Amino acid sequence: MCNERVLCAGFGGQGVMSLGQLLTYAGMLDGKHVTWMPSYGPEMRGGTAYCSVVVSDNPVGSPIVTTNATCAIILNLPSLEKFEKSVVSGGAIFVNSSLIQKKVNRKDVRVYAIPANELAAVCGNPKAANMVMLGAYLAVSKEFSLESVIEAFKKVFGEKAGRMLDLNIRALKEGAAAVNATIELPKAA
Amino acid sequence: MTMTLMKGNEALALAAIRGGCTHFFGYPITPQNEIPEFLARELPKIGGVFIQAESEIGAVNMLYGAAAVGCRVMTSSSSPGLALMQEGISLLAAAEMPCVIVNVMRGGPGIGGIQPSQADYFQMTRGGGNGDYRVPALAPATVQESVSMMVQAFEMADCYRTPVFIVSDGMLGQMMEPVEFDNIELKEPPEKEWKLTGHGNVRKPKTIKTLMLDPARLEARNFELQEKFQKIAAAECSWEEYLIDDAVLVFTAYGSTARIARNAVDQLREEGFAAGLIRPRTLWPFPDKPFQQLASRCQTVLCVEMSCGQMVDDVRLAVNGKLPVAFYGRCGGMIPSPEELVAKAKNIMKGGRQ
Amino acid sequence: MSVVFSRTKGLTEAETHYCPGCTHGIAHRLVGEALEELDLLGNTIGCSAVGCSILSYNYINVDMIECLHGRAPAVATGIKRVRPDSIVFTYQGDGDLASIGTAEIVHAAHRGENITVVFVNNAIYGMTGGQMAPTTLAGQKVTTAPAGRNPVINGMPLKVSEMLAQIPGAAYVERVSLHSPKEIRKAKRAIKKGLTCQVEKRGFSLIEVLSTCPTGWGLSPVDAVAWLEANMVPYYPLGVLKAPEGGKNV
Repeated sequence: MCNERVLCAGFGGQGVMSLGQLLTYAGMLDGKHVTWMPSYGPEMRGGTAYCSVVVSDNPVGSPIVTTNATCAIILNLPSLEKFEKSVVSGGAIFVNSSLIQKKVNRKDVRVYAIPANELAAVCGNPKAANMVMLGAYLAVSKEFSLESVIEAFKKVFGEKAGRMLDLNIRALKEGAAAVNATIELPKAA
Repeated sequence: MTMTLMKGNEALALAAIRGGCTHFFGYPITPQNEIPEFLARELPKIGGVFIQAESEIGAVNMLYGAAAVGCRVMTSSSSPGLALMQEGISLLAAAEMPCVIVNVMRGGPGIGGIQPSQADYFQMTRGGGNGDYRVPALAPATVQESVSMMVQAFEMADCYRTPVFIVSDGMLGQMMEPVEFDNIELKEPPEKEWKLTGHGNVRKPKTIKTLMLDPARLEARNFELQEKFQKIAAAECSWEEYLIDDAVLVFTAYGSTARIARNAVDQLREEGFAAGLIRPRTLWPFPDKPFQQLASRCQTVLCVEMSCGQMVDDVRLAVNGKLPVAFYGRCGGMIPSPEELVAKAKNIMKGGRQ
Repeated sequence: MSVVFSRTKGLTEAETHYCPGCTHGIAHRLVGEALEELDLLGNTIGCSAVGCSILSYNYINVDMIECLHGRAPAVATGIKRVRPDSIVFTYQGDGDLASIGTAEIVHAAHRGENITVVFVNNAIYGMTGGQMAPTTLAGQKVTTAPAGRNPVINGMPLKVSEMLAQIPGAAYVERVSLHSPKEIRKAKRAIKKGLTCQVEKRGFSLIEVLSTCPTGWGLSPVDAVAWLEANMVPYYPLGVLKAPEGGKNV
């Protein structure tokens, strides 16, 4: 049964909100019940930004993920310090090792260290670090169809999606490769 | 069916347009800004008007003017902004001007905070304005319900000639959920023969006013209004029941807190505890009936709010001493977790302190 | 026999509740005549304000709405934005407009709302019984400044028209007085000009009308007129402060 509760966190500007929205949209297109809940307020402007994503086979009650995340996708150090403890035992933490040198202390979770900024730069856009992280998560979670993720790009990024699609798919692939998982990626539409 | 992912605030705004709203007057305040921002962009496209007022006081009085000439009009704000509007809301209720007012609640009192809260239950159901008046208050719990209630609010407003509140909060306003707008069917709005149009030199001038210096006339006017409020109370109570038939403990919560309570019910059921939930969909009129009809198996009602205990007063009035009513609240922008509610419920069911 | 004067169609036949010698009656008549002569009565919506003139809807022969204290310009905004082709005016006193309603009047002017404001300045709160207004003159005795307005404590009287005239959205601002037949004729011309400004969609217009309050001032009607001319006119100079050409054109 699908009940993914994902925390996405990083600096404002790293694209954690759109990362979360992509997951949410993809879940919706796959016919799941979904919610996306952002942090909001002054912290959006420069500080830590995070969002909670719930993707479930059942109607979603609380959209807030605090203590019971099945997964955390962490793009910067302050976020790791804030959310490391939020993941349930047996869950997963995806760490952007380009910016986070600190080791994850938890021994009861799976940790995936992804050099997301470097891999994004390889793809030609350092700003796509969020997509690299997403690719890594998708490869591990296997709860989302790639068609839906690609469709979600169009929904979240609107008209920009077309130009960005190739780049984003490359970034997803790099992220997936980094967790040593293989996922079938369709050619860019 | 076309599902799209939308923030609660944006969905409210789009639903307002689908509900026939043509005019919006409002003042910026967090966490409701997506509503005016959406309407500032979209209303001009349909020939409507968006005005950013100088204050919430200005906004609510613009609402009064626009309602008086018969258009579907709304404003939105958050808790302190609503406090500033109270004088105007009393006037709108007294003059029977149809309009919709959205409150995306945040923590108080005072300037408070900007995170989700339900501490305006009193403000929404008792009001802070002067005089004997009531305003229907609809409390959605999902983004989809925000849409349906927004449309319903405009229809209720016209049907009863009254302002109507949508009681949302920072969580419901900011979260995204799948939503669809395909099934909106608008009723034909009633003819507003009372609206001001200019007399066209063919009839006597009309006046919209609430000043009545003669106490006997003012009393009669009050009784007229009360009759209408009773009619609304009799017809418009709405609530949702979840697993209450065999429940030993029944949660009650509205809006986003009801979502969390529902999680708690599910967890308790998995662990073998018979819990249920009554979710008021209207805060005024408050749905007494489901509480009065609770089966004899039910031993406790547990009211959960993001406040220090406001709706619990209405729950106690509804239960009327027949059952113990316990309360659990978080406030200031703190949001209860399902686990907290499960623990509280277990504590009660084991005979713990209520 | 030719008729030289008759009741304007702009007024109802109701007897006013105003005190003897109060110039609200004259101001009402001027509004009524101006609307009639411009053939606007049938297409006008008026906003009455809290104060002595709150009941103006009983006297002025147009559709009207009663507004909360100070809020008439916001209500007029709501009406005008729904019905841009209706003629919308507010009729406000100095307590209403210059004290509790400063935000609403400033921002109606600031937005260039295409409405006309008749601002009756009698330097006192009449309805509540003679308290100090922002427009009360220095030294003028009122119930809440029994020794006379002390500028050290209360500041100098507020010159609303001068303040509003410098707002870009204000198209036409003029101050007139009701202390003599000649000035009354000028006042009517000004009100007509304000309404015409609105018909031509030039933006915000305001006519400040210096008026008497014999009861509040403790003077006979005749002495009140003389007091107005001798004391108010020097502090509140009459004339055009902003011409329609300066407003926004449509």
